[in-house]
Amino acid sequence: MPATLAGSWRLSSSVSLRPEPFGALAYDFATRQLSFLKSPLLVDVVRRLAGAGSVDAALDSAGVPAEQHAAYLDALRSLARTGIITADHPRSSP
Amino acid sequence: MTLAPERPVTARPVTARPVGGKLVDQFEFGLDAPICLTWELTYACNLACVHCLSSSGRRDPDELTTDEAKALIDEFERMQIFYVNIGGGEPTVRPDFWELLDYAVEHHVGVKFSTNGFRITPERAAKLAATDYVDVQISLDGATAEVNDHVRGAGTYDAALRAMANLQAAGMKDFKLSVVCTRHNIGQLDDFKAIADTYGAQLRLTRLRPSGRGADVWDELHPLPEQQRELYDWLVANGDRVLTGDSFFHLSAYGDALPGLNLCGAGRVVCLVDPVGDVYACPFAIHDTFKAGNIRSDGGFDTVWKHSELFADLRNPQTGGACVSCSAYDSCRGGCMAAKFFTGLPLDGPDPECVKGNAETAIAGERTRPGSSQDHSHTGTVRNAPVPLTLLTRRPDSPCDESPVTTGRRIGL
Repeated sequence: MPATLAGSWRLSSSVSLRPEPFGALAYDFATRQLSFLKSPLLVDVVRRLAGAGSVDAALDSAGVPAEQHAAYLDALRSLARTGIITADHPRSSP
Repeated sequence: MTLAPERPVTARPVTARPVGGKLVDQFEFGLDAPICLTWELTYACNLACVHCLSSSGRRDPDELTTDEAKALIDEFERMQIFYVNIGGGEPTVRPDFWELLDYAVEHHVGVKFSTNGFRITPERAAKLAATDYVDVQISLDGATAEVNDHVRGAGTYDAALRAMANLQAAGMKDFKLSVVCTRHNIGQLDDFKAIADTYGAQLRLTRLRPSGRGADVWDELHPLPEQQRELYDWLVANGDRVLTGDSFFHLSAYGDALPGLNLCGAGRVVCLVDPVGDVYACPFAIHDTFKAGNIRSDGGFDTVWKHSELFADLRNPQTGGACVSCSAYDSCRGGCMAAKFFTGLPLDGPDPECVKGNAETAIAGERTRPGSSQDHSHTGTVRNAPVPLTLLTRRPDSPCDESPVTTGRRIGL
């Protein structure tokens, strides 16, 4: 499992997001795992990952304040660990 | 939209949903669509389990047609209800069951269905194993035929194990072995785990609810207080490998919270659609009092879910009533609404199985049970019917003094 968020990322193809007042549900049809994204802004970031080129670019384009980047990166690492987001191109080293 | 006027709830001020904070606090205010939707596909059943929470047996002549069922699946897809729990009755007795299963999967609605296993042949097992998004849950309420068949009927233990063997042989992984915990099987928890492991299944334990026919046998079947402690300790030790459907949150009052929501999700994140399209707050609350509406007459499922008065009421934080002064209230939140209702206890008081003993006086005293508002039980002879139970009229001196295999039949769900 990647320890860093380098490179380009996107929502995994087996995962669907359902908007909710608190953020979104994320359901992985492959693993039948349900996860919760606990802020609408995080949902926006995740949706912007594909095509943003980098995680930082997605954070910027969603308007995440600089002082919150660390917290959002933690959240994204957690989503990466559980397979909700995946690296666009598998990299040879972690 | 139906709002039963007799629902004994006092009006509460409408509170605004908090921003941020804990998920459980968000769930109290409800979601745009349920997380855990149970769809009882038919009241028809080839068994007559004594504790059936939907009082199933006979098909309702008004049950949804194939086209109506497909339209409902379409609606689930539009609402992004990612998966549904299908039950009954025995869902596989519907002639269009396999057709509806395929339709749901094609429409991105995953299915976990509950079955007694009688119809899980090697051929069906192979098909299930080859289908993504389908999970199977086999019901078994005793780790031995003696304990199980007294509740679920003759031959049901063998049928369940045969179904699991078929699923395993077909390569199906992590299907569920689902157990309703009763006075007679609490001592078999390790055995259930061993059975599940043998077949590559995942064990799921759920609470015996006094719903449907379960109301008639609850007094004799629900775990004794010391067994509740045994169950809690077992769940704490094994909880990460066992599913519970969050059904034991009333036990969290013993100490550490159990894994899961620890919240009554009724009408908030949970609901039930019954075979005729009635929408209830939860699978254990099939009663007019908890009926939010009907998908045929009230504008469809989405409308009922979002706009029924009953659900709006349930999505107000509950006051806790007599429980608020209890030190454990934050853990158990007063327990299960359906369990209170069907045992005739006030909804804003303690759960009938309150581990602090706060319901003991009320349970021992005069109670008026609400009875059922629908009953599809078989009226004639059923081939596999459990043997009529001779009720134990005195409390056993110790749990060991009451043999699970003595005189009776037990009820199953």
